[in-house]
Amino acid sequence: MEALQAVFVLPFLDMAGEPLFFLEVIIGGLLTGVNYSLVALGFVLIFKASGVFNFSQGIMVLFAALTLVGLMERGVPVWLALVLTVLAMIALAFIVERFMLRFLVNQDEIILFMATIGLAFLLEGVGEIAWGADVKELDIGIPDKSFEVGGILLNEFDLFAAATGTVLVVGLAVFFHKTPIGRALRAVADDHQAALSVGIPLKTIWVVVWSVAGIVALAAGISWGAKSGVQFSLSLIALKALPVLLIGGFTSVPGAIIGGLIIGVGEKIAEIYWGPLVGGAIENWFAYMLALAFLLFRPQGLFGERIIERV
Amino acid sequence: MANGKKIGDVLLSVQNINLSFGGVQALVDVSFDVRKHEIFAIIGPNGAGKSSMLNVINGFYHPQGGTITYRGVTRARMRPHEAARQGIARTFQNIALFKGMSTLDNIMTGRNTLMSSNFVLQALHWGPAWKEEKAHREMAEEIIDFLQIEAIRKTPTGRLPYGLQKRVELGRALAAEPDLLLLDEPMAGMNLEEKEDMCRFILDVNDEFGTTIALIEHDMGVVMDISDRVAVLDYGRKIAEGTPGEVRVNQDVIDAYLGVSHD
Repeated sequence: MEALQAVFVLPFLDMAGEPLFFLEVIIGGLLTGVNYSLVALGFVLIFKASGVFNFSQGIMVLFAALTLVGLMERGVPVWLALVLTVLAMIALAFIVERFMLRFLVNQDEIILFMATIGLAFLLEGVGEIAWGADVKELDIGIPDKSFEVGGILLNEFDLFAAATGTVLVVGLAVFFHKTPIGRALRAVADDHQAALSVGIPLKTIWVVVWSVAGIVALAAGISWGAKSGVQFSLSLIALKALPVLLIGGFTSVPGAIIGGLIIGVGEKIAEIYWGPLVGGAIENWFAYMLALAFLLFRPQGLFGERIIERV
Repeated sequence: MANGKKIGDVLLSVQNINLSFGGVQALVDVSFDVRKHEIFAIIGPNGAGKSSMLNVINGFYHPQGGTITYRGVTRARMRPHEAARQGIARTFQNIALFKGMSTLDNIMTGRNTLMSSNFVLQALHWGPAWKEEKAHREMAEEIIDFLQIEAIRKTPTGRLPYGLQKRVELGRALAAEPDLLLLDEPMAGMNLEEKEDMCRFILDVNDEFGTTIALIEHDMGVVMDISDRVAVLDYGRKIAEGTPGEVRVNQDVIDAYLGVSHD
């Protein structure tokens, strides 16, 4: 009885008892959630355009951050380094299309998936050869200071990262949902050959999508890299994006956003109110448990397209 | 023709097409002309090279020899999205619809080549793009009316029965307002009633829009009823060409269909 009370009653009393602190937890969760969304978004974009899970998305985050830091270490001013990194990610999109995707038109998804695994190793190697394998500090000049608004503690850098993420995410959602390009994307993902036959320029679509995914990776790389330093483990945040995708649905831009926010807020609340019951560290596995629950009851995610199979 | 339609100049001319996959000769020295406004059928037993021929015309396959002359321009090979832009639309033998998308969206993708030229600009231009989208939408609705598929316009095509999927695929090809429509076994796998419907649509398209149609079938009966001219392929070679009446009595064709030995 007491155990039940500790799990189902007391945490809620805690929340109600200190509403301001509860709000702070939620805001903290939302700010982290935007960052999860950013990483997940990179996956969704490429999945929508080629029906392929891009194994190298995490490495692209690392690669973008490495390029940025590497340029800055060589004395390039921040704004110029940003521009150059964006250009590098667009160049990468052209290279991927020219030397990888072009040869795999109309192949099985698993073959494209394998190709992205290869790409991941390649990018990791190239990144480390070019910029070194040591942990680098990323400072793009936004202060990591906290301040109080109406009794709620906020972090300036988190706010900046969240604002950037929000702008990117809203822009992309409009770009892909309110324009014919979104339909063309879905067409390409469904059937390459049919898309070609109605005159959709496959190559252009792929370059556009990989460029955008590269830029999203850069944004994610900056906001995570500034916190934890730029190093190989940065690519592992891709693992955090998986539950986001399972919850939001692989094909949905809004799904990636909302999935990210749900996980960001959910794990913070679970950690703070339920954490003490099991000795903490809920934050590390909460997302995966939630994803598991979704897999059981709603495998297409919140916003994914229903999987229709004729038998 | 009985309905008195006017057959025009040569729209598409393929000359001496040779296509092989490794050691297999899929097409050997195949030549024929397709004229404006006609329904041209390519028939032949299974494995005769019919689908290969269609894939050469719209650029999925690149022949090792021969030329393709379309609207007066001679090429050694087509490219698929170029062919689409030049007004060649097609359907597929094993239906290639966008299965997660609704009937309407599938038909809208067919209008892709008619939307303003630059893809990226089109995505950024707000006002005009919206107006354009509306105009295309109206045309798509007309096609839906024409094919009598109003009831399924919002249904994801993956959920539709086979016969309707074929009809939606025809709709997507029509949405491009093609000059040349390539149909790869439009009647395959259909029951009698569906076949009759499809025949009627093909004849109506040809008649009302003046669209030139090149189609592949191995069901001879249907083809003979609706085609103006027929070419017969067997083992990658053209063995006959002419009106349905001429082809029907051609001894080589009869042999090919009845499986007389080739030595």
